[in-house]
Order: sequence, then C-alpha cells, then structure tokens
Amino acid sequence: MNRYTARTGTLEGVMILVGILFLFPIYILVNLSVRPLDDLSSPLAPTTNPTFDNFVNAWNQAGLGGALINSAIITVVSVALIVLLSSSAAYALARATARWSTISFYGFMIGLLIPFQLGLIPLYKTMSQLGLLGSLLPLIIIYVGLRLPFSIFLFVQFLRQIPLDYEEAASLDGASTFQTFHRVVLPLVRPVTGTVIILNGLFTWNDFLTPLLYLSGSGNQTIPVAIYTFVGEYATQWQLVFAALIIGALPVLIAFFFIQKSLIQGLASGVKG
Amino acid sequence: MQNNPSAQAATGLTRPPRARARRGSRYWPFIVPAVVFYVFVVLVPGIQGAGFSFTDWDGLNPSFSFVGIDNYIRLAGDPQAVRAVLNTLGLALVATVLENLIGLLLALALNGRLKSRHILRVVFFAPVVILTIVIAFLWQYIYTPDGPLNSVLRGIGLDGLAQNWLGDPKIALWSIAAIVIWQFSGYSMIIFLAGLQSVPVEQLEAASLDGAGPFARFWHVVRPLLAPAITVNLMLSLIRGFMVFDQIWVTTQGGPAQSTDSLSTLVYRNAFQYGELGYSAAIAVVLTVFVAVFGIVQYRYVLRSGVAK
Repeated sequence: MNRYTARTGTLEGVMILVGILFLFPIYILVNLSVRPLDDLSSPLAPTTNPTFDNFVNAWNQAGLGGALINSAIITVVSVALIVLLSSSAAYALARATARWSTISFYGFMIGLLIPFQLGLIPLYKTMSQLGLLGSLLPLIIIYVGLRLPFSIFLFVQFLRQIPLDYEEAASLDGASTFQTFHRVVLPLVRPVTGTVIILNGLFTWNDFLTPLLYLSGSGNQTIPVAIYTFVGEYATQWQLVFAALIIGALPVLIAFFFIQKSLIQGLASGVKG
Repeated sequence: MQNNPSAQAATGLTRPPRARARRGSRYWPFIVPAVVFYVFVVLVPGIQGAGFSFTDWDGLNPSFSFVGIDNYIRLAGDPQAVRAVLNTLGLALVATVLENLIGLLLALALNGRLKSRHILRVVFFAPVVILTIVIAFLWQYIYTPDGPLNSVLRGIGLDGLAQNWLGDPKIALWSIAAIVIWQFSGYSMIIFLAGLQSVPVEQLEAASLDGAGPFARFWHVVRPLLAPAITVNLMLSLIRGFMVFDQIWVTTQGGPAQSTDSLSTLVYRNAFQYGELGYSAAIAVVLTVFVAVFGIVQYRYVLRSGVAK
C-alpha cells in the first residue's frame, strides 16, 4: 500500500496542476497588489517592477489600523467568552442526567436551525433601546449568543466519548465540581477547544453583516467593514483595493499556518467513525 | 431529588461518586450564563421576529397592527420572493453537492502517499481562512467582462465561453455559486480528511488483496466509515448555502434584475432599505422553515442509519 508507483507520480502531477489552477485568483490578488498604479498591462502578466506603495497607501487611507484593533478586541473577547461558556455548559449537559439537561440540550440545538436573519430586526431594536449601537459591546454579545449552540454541540459530542473515571477520581480526592471542571475536564477537552477557538475566531473575524448594521454611522469599524467602505470609495483603483484586501486577510492566514495541524486533529476528533 | 447538605452532614454519609454525577442541581451554575446569552440573542429575538411577520410594522412607527397572514399571502404572490426562494434552494443544493464531491475527491487524493500532500492541503484550505468579502471583491474583479477570467478564456482560444459572468441574469447566480464552491470545497476536504484518519489501512489492504478495485474499496470500506464526516459536511454546507449573503451583497446586491436575490438579501433589503419589517420577517420565517426542514430530515436520516451515537 505504501509504494510510490508511477500511478502515484501521475496523481501527484495532476494534483499539483489542480492546485496551481485553484490558486489562480490568489495569484491575481497578489500580482495586482504589488503593481504600480500607472502600470496598465494585463492582470495576467507578472508585475515587472513590484512596489509596496499600495499597501502603505491602503493602510493610511482605509484607516485599517483602528479597524484591526477593533476586530482583534471583538474576536479575542468573544472567542474567550464562547469557549468559557460553551465548555462549562457542555460539561453540565453531558454529565447531568436530570431531565432538564436533555431538554436544555435540544433547546440549544434548535439554535442551529434558526437563521440569524429571523431575529435580526428585533435584536437590533432591543440593542438600540439599550443605547448600545455604535459600540463594540453588542457585537460581542451577539457573537457569544449566536455561536454557543454549535460550540456546545462540539463540546458535548466530545465529552460523551470521554470516560467518567478521571472525574470520579478527582471527586473522590475531594475536588469540588468547579475544581473538577477546571483541573480535569478542561485539559481533557483541549483538542476540541482548539477547534472551537479556530472556527469561532474565523467566524467572528470574517463577519460582515453584523458590524455593518451595528457600527454604521459611528467612528468604529471592523476589518470587513473598513474594506467594504474603502472599496466603495476607490473601486476603480484595483491595485489599492487588492493591497487592502491582503492586509485584511493576512492576520488570519498567518494564524492558520501556525495552527493548521491542530485544526485538522481537532476536527478529526469530532468526526471519528 | 434535592440534595440536603445538613442531613448529609448529620449522618456523615456522602453518596458514591457515580450516583452524585447523575444528580443535576450542582451543575446549574455551569449552564446559566450560556442560557442567558442564548435566550437574549437567539431565542427571544427569533420569537419576536416570527411575531412581527404577522404585523405591518415599518420599523420606525411605534404603532402597528396585526394583519394575520397577509404578509405570507403577499409573499406567495410576489414574483421577486418566489424567485428568491428558488435561487436560495438552487444555490444551496448546487453548492452542497459540488463542495462535497470536490472536497471528497481532494481528500481521497491527498490522504495517500503524495509527497506534496501537506502543502496541497494548505493550498485548498486557504480560501476558507480568507475574509469572505475579500473573496467576493476578488472574484467580482475576476468576473469583469474584460477581467482575468475572460482574458484567459480568449487567450486559449475559447472566446465562445467568455461571458458577462455577473451581468448576465441567466448565469449570474451560478457565477456566485462558483465563488462559494471555490471558497468552501477545502473545508469539506479537511473534514473528509479528518474522517479518513479513522479508516484503518489494514482494512483497505485486506480489501485490496480480495481483489476489490478502487471503487469497490471506496464504496464498501471507506464510505461507511466516512458517514459521520459526510453528515457533518452536508449539514454545514447546506446551512451555509441557505444563508449566503456576503458573496451576493458584494458582487451583485441581488441584481441584475433581481436574478441573484436570495432569501437573506431579500430580508436585508426589505428591512433596512424598504422599511418593510413585517414583510421582511415573513421572508425570514420562510428561510427558517427551509433550514429547519432540511436540518431535521437530515438528522432523522442520520439517526435511522445509526451513525449518531
């Protein structure tokens, strides 16, 4: 099974070709972002005299610095809260066998089937009555509430596969429920914690509709909104636009390269046959 | 059911750990914060939204009246809404099928012995971690009539295939579907790859010694073991497909001639541009019904096939 045959070589060649074709849009993105504004040659041709001016200009004109900070605050705080609340809720749901825990579990799972659009307007109304429009707070509250069902689902599935022995040993040693959760359960669920962090981090960082609604008219922006506004103003200068697009995509891409291995392992634990 | 600490202290008895683990009350503090956020953000607004669908509220005027199912009757007779329903279904189904097919083929190819498999996995997964609006703007440019895609087609002599990808009402929706598929096939791939880790090499070898060809091996050995990954993938891509918003809003805003409107864009436009909140809520309810029906059907199918444990 593990020989590298001629057929394997052919497959390798085909897959590399497919990979190159697949990256064609990314090539266009990078190629144009380093191109001087007065270079009008075909977007397919490699840029002959690359420059980083577009990045500097896009950064300054789009106010990406402030947007990056806002996006980072929202993502870090939301994801931290999601991990804390969903892991502890999942612990209760997976370990308590009282009837309320089954009902609560399905109550949370209904949330997977409710599209965000259904509650969009009433929630906006409530947030505006609370005077929270324009600040980062409603975004964090929304992301936490919105992402809890999926995160709880992942944690519960994982916890149900873990034997009770460790927790029983801890409680025999006199550990309280909180200590058991903190010292025993949290380390055990670490693989799925990684997945929860990554998937929710991606969602929060990428989300466009919520900040578009809740931050509009305020000085605050997130990266997707800043880019959307910037493109609206500079739509004809694709070089500048593409530089801004790359700046927006880069933080997550860099994070991804560092954690891709644990991402795959974490997902694997969720879909074991 | 309630634990009585004073009685326990008096007798000096504590319950054995397993029995204690079955009791519920001491777990309450762990779940209450999650419930608070969930009820405030998802449940209450969802119920309110469903309620607004029976009113003529415009979003500004504090007074509104109940109009029964008028909004739903209007929806059924509104060609724009009917179009959006068909578009949403079409987009979700096409994206789901192709994302999973492509994702599965990529996973099977990159699970094996290829030397470049690690770098290729990163390549195909990369679009997942790029901002959706970045991808949407990038493809909007690629699709422009004199843009890169048409340049390539003309360059290799396929002038006939060059299209006004986003400007032609007949194909604009499928051009957007292609963006979504490009973006998320790698996501399917990663989940299939994860599922393939549980397919034992010995079983594949045994099947291969029995003379099973690649297709027989896939169907009888790999497919049953991949069932959980297939379930997760179908669920994720269907829900994603039903709710596509950013890609449409950035590239066409539902145009040309409403040919790319989905239920999500229609909800947004009616609520925040036309001030038709009651009608918008009715559209959102229809979207909810679609997601729920497909979700529940799939969940039941999974239960019956014995995959869910």
